[in-house]
Amino acid sequence: MVAIDSPRTTTTDMRRRIASVPPVYWVLGILLLIIPAFASDFVMFQIMGWTFILGLIALSLMFLGGYGGMVSLAQMAFAGFAGYMVAIFGDSAISGISQGWPWWIVIPLALFLTVIFATAVGWLAVRTEGIYTIMITLAIAAAFFYFTRQNYELFNGFQGFNSVLPPELFGIDWRGPEAFYYLTMFWAVTGFGAVLYVSRAPFGLALQGVRDNPRRMAALGYNVTAHRVAAYAFAAVIAGIGGILLTWQSAQISPGTVGIQSAIDILVIAVIGGLRHPIGAFIGAFIFVLLKTFAVDVLIALGLGGERFQLLIGMGFLIIVFFSPDGLLGLWEKLKASRRRDPLTGGQR
Amino acid sequence: MRLFATRHPVWAAIIAVAAAILLWMIFAVWPDGLEDVIGRKKVFLNALFNGITLGGLYFLVASGFTLIFGLMRNVNLAHGSLYLLGGYVGYFAAEATGYWLLAFPVAFVVVGFFGILLQVLVFRRMEGEDLRQTLVTIGISIVVADLMLWGFGGDFYNITPPQWLSGPMDTFFVTAVKSSGEPVFMKYPMVRIVIFAASVVVGVAMWLALNKTRIGMMIRAGVDDRDMLSATGARIQIVFVGVFAFGAGLAGIAGVVGGTFQSIAPGEDIRFLLASLVVVIVGGMGSIPGAALGALLIGLAEQFGSVYFPTYAVVLTFLIMVVVLAFRPQGLLGRA
Repeated sequence: MVAIDSPRTTTTDMRRRIASVPPVYWVLGILLLIIPAFASDFVMFQIMGWTFILGLIALSLMFLGGYGGMVSLAQMAFAGFAGYMVAIFGDSAISGISQGWPWWIVIPLALFLTVIFATAVGWLAVRTEGIYTIMITLAIAAAFFYFTRQNYELFNGFQGFNSVLPPELFGIDWRGPEAFYYLTMFWAVTGFGAVLYVSRAPFGLALQGVRDNPRRMAALGYNVTAHRVAAYAFAAVIAGIGGILLTWQSAQISPGTVGIQSAIDILVIAVIGGLRHPIGAFIGAFIFVLLKTFAVDVLIALGLGGERFQLLIGMGFLIIVFFSPDGLLGLWEKLKASRRRDPLTGGQR
Repeated sequence: MRLFATRHPVWAAIIAVAAAILLWMIFAVWPDGLEDVIGRKKVFLNALFNGITLGGLYFLVASGFTLIFGLMRNVNLAHGSLYLLGGYVGYFAAEATGYWLLAFPVAFVVVGFFGILLQVLVFRRMEGEDLRQTLVTIGISIVVADLMLWGFGGDFYNITPPQWLSGPMDTFFVTAVKSSGEPVFMKYPMVRIVIFAASVVVGVAMWLALNKTRIGMMIRAGVDDRDMLSATGARIQIVFVGVFAFGAGLAGIAGVVGGTFQSIAPGEDIRFLLASLVVVIVGGMGSIPGAALGALLIGLAEQFGSVYFPTYAVVLTFLIMVVVLAFRPQGLLGRA
């Protein structure tokens, strides 16, 4: 009976599941798919590609910060580590260090090593809480930056690696604007879906429980430390994918990529978007990339000179965190709540 | 100390032996065998002195940071910017008046005032919201760093100490013995010794103020239980503003010291923010003696690192932090 029934239930099940996807997702998904039809190469490769990559790295921070309550500034270091591993084990212009192994070994190996690195860092960072976590991960990110800058045997010091290119798979040049757009979009959507899925899976729910009340979760028999360290490991996979894509996009990796400034940029992105929902990371990244690309023109138009970009970013960040700790998503929620409220009675409409 | 010795006899013995070896290395004339292994004694003594004096500078920066954190639980990630601001203010004060000593009170007052603004306009509005404070102060440090870059440019500024402080000073440490049997004494820059002495004075004064005065008593009570202190009628907001101004002012003074020691340039703010973070993590959050110990350790590690393993000097300091975190997460002198 079950065997006969099951195909039918799966189709209705599927239909119900498809119907339950919010319309916003449909619009967004179709829009993302057809962007290459009318966007220029610059928009696809530089703006959208970069948005997806930075969004992925910020997503890993959002996962740790939003669901785990651990704001880690080391995510850029993890991303950079993965990029470095791809450069070291794969191909680059620095033939003295790069091993030139095939991509199907290099990429899993890079991600695996990143996870190990992040687990070690996470194990260290979870011994502390709240603010201390920020400080310690900031210090670790700085240590990684200085290490890569001074180590010449493995990380090639100040110069780093250049000509780190994606493999030519199926005869496609994956650095071509369209191919790269779809590649980064695929991983961004996968990462987004994975984070959403995990946040509703038992592990994610337990993690949110640990965030809200670690003592109660410990009393219920959950291993608080293990959940937190596992969250670091999971986030490192996302950050690592983002880091590899970032390395391919700019075709190089150097200490400048993993500097303290970039670590703070990732935090800025995640916070501008909002740590409540995975989409916040991508909203933040989109705004950041737009600012970074066009702020110079705006500043020159205002007569300020292009080098004041950092001021603009800092001011924007300051204003957002000052007025809405939850970023733009928080502002949106506030707006929705105030529209729902009746202006006379103050009750819900 | 006796309690420590009875509780941890092995550790006490190890520390005592290490201290004895260190003293011997400082005062004795090194045999040739030792010089072959780790280089000349002059290099060692210089690294030691540089490390200790650098530790003094780190202490000045980090003590303000740890004081603010200990009392108010405010994480001020703009502390490095306060340091840099102090350096610039001190430079211009010294240039304008021609008195080096005048740079210190000017930097203290200006940066302290800036600290009061921070406390009143920012921290008071978001009390108890750790993450938000951190984010806002990161934003402030980005903005202030860029404003300072705009105002002062990317050049290096160097505050010149007055005549009577420049030049080397003879010390009584023997670095080597000439073939004629005449001992060679070590020379060391006068200004560094004076500044180190000043930072010791500041540290002792802070300890005395915290432990022997009424205000210090209030601050210590506030560190332990802020709500109870305000319930007893202490005007805690005034204490907060005072401590914040003092901590910020110390960072300003440290900026002048740093400008005399080394130089002031964009990027130094992050360097000193990181240094004070590492120092307070190693020493223990909110503890002044902890900050002193941590600053000394980090200063020594940096200098010895740059002499004996130059490539990884910076990494060494972070390694110390990692080891401390792994075995004593609350810091060496922090309370659990």
